[in-house]
Amino acid sequence: MRYLPHTPEDIADMLAQVGVESLDALFTTIPKDCCCRLDMKLPRALTEWELNDHMDALAARTAVSPDYKVFMGAGSYDHFVPSAARHVLTRSEFVTSYTPYQPEISQGNLQAIYEYQTLASRLMGTEVATASHYDGSTALAEALLMAIRVTRKKRVAVSAADHPHHRRVVGTYFDPTGYEIVELPYLADGRTDLAALDSIEDLAAVAVQSPNFFGCIEDLQAAADAAHAKEALLVASFTEPLAFGLLKNPGSLGADIVCGEGQSLGLPRSFGGPGLGMLGSRMKFVRSLPGRLVGRTLDRDGRDGFVLTLSTREQHIRREKATSNICSNNSLCALTAAVYMAALGATGFRELAQLNRDKAEYLKNSLAQAGFDTPFSSPTFNEFVVRFPGDFDTVYRRLLDKKIVAGLPLAKYYPELSDCTLLCATETAGKHDLDNLVKEVRS
Amino acid sequence: MKEINQLNLPENVGFTEDHEWSRKEGSAIRVGIDDYAQDQLGDVVFVELPQVGDTFAKGDAFGSVESVKAVSELFMPLGGEISAINKNLEESPELVNTSPYDEGWMIDVKPDDPGELDAMMTNDAYLEMLKGL
Repeated sequence: MRYLPHTPEDIADMLAQVGVESLDALFTTIPKDCCCRLDMKLPRALTEWELNDHMDALAARTAVSPDYKVFMGAGSYDHFVPSAARHVLTRSEFVTSYTPYQPEISQGNLQAIYEYQTLASRLMGTEVATASHYDGSTALAEALLMAIRVTRKKRVAVSAADHPHHRRVVGTYFDPTGYEIVELPYLADGRTDLAALDSIEDLAAVAVQSPNFFGCIEDLQAAADAAHAKEALLVASFTEPLAFGLLKNPGSLGADIVCGEGQSLGLPRSFGGPGLGMLGSRMKFVRSLPGRLVGRTLDRDGRDGFVLTLSTREQHIRREKATSNICSNNSLCALTAAVYMAALGATGFRELAQLNRDKAEYLKNSLAQAGFDTPFSSPTFNEFVVRFPGDFDTVYRRLLDKKIVAGLPLAKYYPELSDCTLLCATETAGKHDLDNLVKEVRS
Repeated sequence: MKEINQLNLPENVGFTEDHEWSRKEGSAIRVGIDDYAQDQLGDVVFVELPQVGDTFAKGDAFGSVESVKAVSELFMPLGGEISAINKNLEESPELVNTSPYDEGWMIDVKPDDPGELDAMMTNDAYLEMLKGL
């Protein structure tokens, strides 16, 4: 289905149909003092080449791959995007934010979402996955609210090793609800301190991210056991789904709800967004899931067809009683992720994950040989924390001048880790780039 | 849909304006939705019930019933504590359609005031109300 703007002729036709002379006459019921009649304060129009120059100048102010060597992950990862993914997502039929409510005209779009849900379920190890949410942070907040609906308890425990931005968004969601968030500290090895759960009662959910913000791989099975011992749900989140190419997925380790950021799956980093909120759960919680679900069914001639299903959970039917009042999804991003996963296939996905892990491990070992300390002993995937003692700010700026982004200094988010930096190496970093980074931070 | 004179409106239950029925069942009051309600809703696909031990005032929403057409709230015909729920509805919500007064019951309530049952409409009064709708 294509979405085209109305032409002046269309508008004239429609006005004639309803018997109104002008658009202004159509909107007379809107009080005058609610209408904005000011001219928009826009700069003078630019020519196309002037505008291109302007946009290029803006873009040049950011340090982006491949112009820069970017060793910063921290929730947004530098991955190669295959041309197939870019091509499919620019098809005009898919470039729409509209909800395909009407199956009779939206089969292509609905099937694309259905395929995404299937791949997302397999990746996360869940029995059902939603059509998508805004990003990893809102998916986590929605997952925790869902756990509260399922368990009818009002307190959640969130690991301090979850992405700090995601925790802030959860705080924003929870602020007006009266539900309580308890923070679980992290241990000396970089993993979440599950023993801290012992003293917390009346828990709806335990939220643990793996690999966590420090890149450390959490023991999700132990987290699931600890959560279940408290009759709480394990909400396992992620910011780097590529890790599941090597690691057991959260669903198979006992997570009840799995959620995270899917930007790694073929989406450009785009100055921070849009991302892809992934969310799935056990089938028995499906009625408490927020957001859209597409299901496969048969039409009256017995042919496969796709429809929005279980819609009674949703705002357009259930109003204020809906499981979530976020109605929009990120279908185009979900579609891109589906194309990306399908293009890689299970084997390619695994190989790419191995490549990421190997590059990061090479960098970690090289830094250790160069005398740098990695404070957390837990195994990692494609990012890890390293201690750069002394005046690293100066080094960081010097490297930036050489078009190297030397990770994310953690002081802003974890004051106790003030001399620590989070480094990431993906498939986009060559051996030369990794060696060069080590050489530069040493000198 | 059924004509009003086709509805099954038994004598041994009390009715409410919200189309719930109530009946004494041992020391508890059993509650469900009546034949008119199930017929209006169509095929019931899901029933959301409270937990045993929850307490509600008369008129509070205690759950919801979902059909292929709509979701409707369920309202307490009297105040009290939930003493039992019909767990069979979890797997077989269609019992609400096939047997609204027996196998399709929803909750048992330990009433705050058992007299509230006597104040409900009889089947004749309820039929008169439906005719006025």
